[in-house]
Amino acid sequence: MIELRNLSKHFETMDGSVDALRQINLTIRDGDIYGIIGMSGAGKSTLVRCINMLERPTEGSVLVNGKDMGSMSQKELRAMRRKITMIFQGFNLLMQRTCLKNVMLPLKLSGVDSKQAEQKAMELLELVGLPDKANSYPAQLSGGQQQRVAIARALATEPDVLLCDEATSALDPKTTHAILELIRDINEKLGITVIVITHQMSVVQEVCNRVAILENGQVVEEGSVAEVFSNPRANATRNLIYPESADGGSVFPEGGQRVRVIFNGAVASREPLIARMAIDCGILASILGASTRSVGDRAYGYMLLDIPGTPETLAKAVSYLSATPDITVQVEAEYVAKEVAP
Amino acid sequence: MNFANAFTPERLQEAWDCLLNEFPFAIWETLYSTLLATFFAVLIGLPLGVILVTGEKKGVRPLPGPLMGFLNVMINFLRSVPFIILMVMIIPLTRVIAGTSLGTVASIVPLTVASFPFIARLVESSLREVNPNIIETAQSMGASPMQIVFHVMLPESVPSLITNITLAITTIMGYTAMSGAVGGGGLGKLALAYGYQRYRYAVLYLAVIVLVVITQVIQSFGTWLARKCDKRLKNQ
Repeated sequence: MIELRNLSKHFETMDGSVDALRQINLTIRDGDIYGIIGMSGAGKSTLVRCINMLERPTEGSVLVNGKDMGSMSQKELRAMRRKITMIFQGFNLLMQRTCLKNVMLPLKLSGVDSKQAEQKAMELLELVGLPDKANSYPAQLSGGQQQRVAIARALATEPDVLLCDEATSALDPKTTHAILELIRDINEKLGITVIVITHQMSVVQEVCNRVAILENGQVVEEGSVAEVFSNPRANATRNLIYPESADGGSVFPEGGQRVRVIFNGAVASREPLIARMAIDCGILASILGASTRSVGDRAYGYMLLDIPGTPETLAKAVSYLSATPDITVQVEAEYVAKEVAP
Repeated sequence: MNFANAFTPERLQEAWDCLLNEFPFAIWETLYSTLLATFFAVLIGLPLGVILVTGEKKGVRPLPGPLMGFLNVMINFLRSVPFIILMVMIIPLTRVIAGTSLGTVASIVPLTVASFPFIARLVESSLREVNPNIIETAQSMGASPMQIVFHVMLPESVPSLITNITLAITTIMGYTAMSGAVGGGGLGKLALAYGYQRYRYAVLYLAVIVLVVITQVIQSFGTWLARKCDKRLKNQ
């Protein structure tokens, strides 16, 4: 279990001081695939580096299985880092060493003899599906393959926790999917707790069971992925779940009344909801945008509707839609106003 | 100073005899003083270069600021003294180490003193080329500062180190020619003794041609080796 207690990180830069992290409190349970998501500059990378003390927090503590990382000696910390390994956006393989040697590196660092290290490294390359690349150099591999080697390397010291710092951000969607599948596999088969830092909601949806949303160095929302997706409370969360591009935002005609219908489960998405509303209430809504996706084993999504007519029509539509189970309705005008306010 | 008389048949014959009789030993002297001086300079300069990178404030093993300041000033000082003057300045040190301040073996002392700061800077620049993310990665694996130097920084910068040491060798070879002025041996001394002191320009040009050829060979070999070692290049 990893506990972050009142974690703050303060940087002094040329342009003054920056609060990269402010009073972060999170608990990551063993076996979780925990997503930490935020826009760039939200403090994600700093947060993940505080977990293994690559960055020293200014205040607060990081407890791993009850042990305070901040008060460890250099030697203890180095031993601990073998149990909390990390993969990166840029893969960060040694470019002058073969893949096999790259995977062997952490073992050599911890004093394992070459023969054993080589055997272990070969096993790991098989696990990540690249046994034939053992003697290739990273430059000869694709990005996805390099990340697989990096994962094999991260697993070499049999860690309890794997930190993924934007590990799929440099990869195309197909490769991202394959790498996430591998990460999920590792989590299930080896029981390794995984912390995924990303700016992509799709990554969280695909692999994580819990998520924390980070904005300006603060956790603005935290919970199970299903919970957070079905009822996003913070604006930052909504921005991440409903990206600008899906809405089109200002391309819609001025005026009009917009309603966002959020589906919180598989059942709702199968209902011919809009057609039923037209029959039952005589409200002819037009669909301005829609996006549905599956989270875990349930389907989630939203639809942006234009409701013609008077405010009364709008109120009627909202109450009609709200009556359907597993659906949340937001009147969009308010939402937009809130977004513009700051 | 009469160039017209410098290339008469007698002079050319004399140069030819010199090429056969004196050049082989002079070439040998140039090569061994260059290579030995490079060897000793790397012996001192390589660790120094490593310290310059690892010891700075944001390095993997920060050292006290005043110590780093002292090292930087010392290196800059030695680098800014012209070699021919440095050679004279450190004659007492040369005597202590080599027993004499004259001759090719003795010239290795000033050559080393003049080159190790240069090599330290070259090593420093090579190590700074190493991707800092890879160093961070090694830290995340629990590597100690020493392990980072030996398992990451040095292996990752091998091609660049080869390129830079090749540069150092050719520069040090230039210094050996100057050391001819104060008793060092080699092609430089030969060129000075014949060309400058006795107006035997044919010999001087010959010595220069041989130096150019040696420099070319060393440079080409270094470039080839650096490329061959660089695994970042695809399709090898």
